[in-house]
Amino acid sequence: MKTLIDCQNKNYLNYVKCISPKTNQKRSLLHAFWVGGLICSIGQTFRYLLEFGLNLKGDELSAYVSMIMIFLGGLLTGLGVYDRIGKYAGGGSIVPITGFANSVVSPAIEFKTEGFIYGTAAKMFVVAGPIIVFGVASSVLVGILYFIGFRVF
Amino acid sequence: MNRTIIFKNKPSIIGTSTVAGPKESSGSIADFFDVKLSDDKYGEQSFEKAESKMVFTAVKNSIINASIKESEIDAMLAGDLLNQIVATTFAARNFDFGYLGLYNACATFTESLVLGATLIDSGHLNNVVCVTSSHFSSAERQYRYPLELGCTRPPQSQWTVTGAGACVLSHNGYGPKISSATIGRIIDFGVVDANNMGAAMAPAACDTLLSHFKQSKTNPFDYDLIVTGDLGTLGSRILKDLLWEKGFDIDKQHVDCGELIYSICECEYQGGSGAGCSSLVFNSYLYKKLRKNEFNKILLVATGALLSSLSAQQGESIPGIAHAVVVEN
Repeated sequence: MKTLIDCQNKNYLNYVKCISPKTNQKRSLLHAFWVGGLICSIGQTFRYLLEFGLNLKGDELSAYVSMIMIFLGGLLTGLGVYDRIGKYAGGGSIVPITGFANSVVSPAIEFKTEGFIYGTAAKMFVVAGPIIVFGVASSVLVGILYFIGFRVF
Repeated sequence: MNRTIIFKNKPSIIGTSTVAGPKESSGSIADFFDVKLSDDKYGEQSFEKAESKMVFTAVKNSIINASIKESEIDAMLAGDLLNQIVATTFAARNFDFGYLGLYNACATFTESLVLGATLIDSGHLNNVVCVTSSHFSSAERQYRYPLELGCTRPPQSQWTVTGAGACVLSHNGYGPKISSATIGRIIDFGVVDANNMGAAMAPAACDTLLSHFKQSKTNPFDYDLIVTGDLGTLGSRILKDLLWEKGFDIDKQHVDCGELIYSICECEYQGGSGAGCSSLVFNSYLYKKLRKNEFNKILLVATGALLSSLSAQQGESIPGIAHAVVVEN
């Protein structure tokens, strides 16, 4: 049942939506694309260097590349540079693994004032927590499906 | 129902002081601030402690500027944006006068003026200090994301002002007087976007202004300036449209503190916001202009968005509030 207030609110919200400044979608997408692409290219460069320079292969190679990218993400966050990249690139800097590092390191730095246990340690995953929870949960689900699949087929 | 008070023994604002953060100190009205900080931690270990120190400094200096002794102050009416208003509470530890903690988000400053003026007008108290503060970093920590997180801000968001502004209201003494005030009521038009505070608060500002004009029998042309606290560019436009609908045009008199405080509006999106925004601008720029008689009658309407981080996550809309105060020579 629509009340008068609901109708008034709907009119107001439509009006606000019309006159609120819109994000320039094309520009944001372009920024995200080229910065995200650049970060991934840097990761790929390290991969080639390690593969042909140190002859690493398979899982070990992937692990090393991830470690380097996470380190760089954390370092740039600590230096106060990553938030500026993020302000410009948006999704392009959030999505790669460097963004994950940023989301863990930034609250860790921020909450240092509350001490190492209740501050840094407790609040470290306040932004990245959902990534970890849903990541683990979905891998469990996939594992169950594989298990059933094996049994059945 | 009457929410407008016309004061009989109009209290005077006999002294003010402001402490502004680094970004504000390079803004368009920076010359009017008393203390301009270059370090947003103010030499302290945390942003919360820094905000508290800013409040303490502003209160102390405002009492000095008012040329009275600390022992003559009866009470301090204060508020800020932190949980349990710790910035002002902890600053009040250093003083011997009474403390009344207030919270109305960014409308806290005019709330303190309304209540302080009422206490003095009634004859119960002689001198009170009204102070509010906000700090960008401590507010971001509490309400939004860690500072170093690489995320974008939408174009309708505002930048929380780092600053504290204090004023001394007195029964006697020379200074611009608070002649009337209107207590606002909570207005919620269903805005859920926590980044669009201007849209959430504009209806409350409209309601308070309409009530004020009606109950005090005045109209926009009676005032030199109609100053809103932190509606920002978008919120100001919405307010003018809403008032225009009701037959009032405040375009010639209107200015927003959030728009005044920063020089370049582009990087700060809609302008400044925060409990410190209106008190910083009023206690520096507007007060000094009033004392020089460059303005003679100002209607100050600070607006607040009464949400919490939990309420936003629970899908609740944002209620707004606005209190109005008339300050005249």
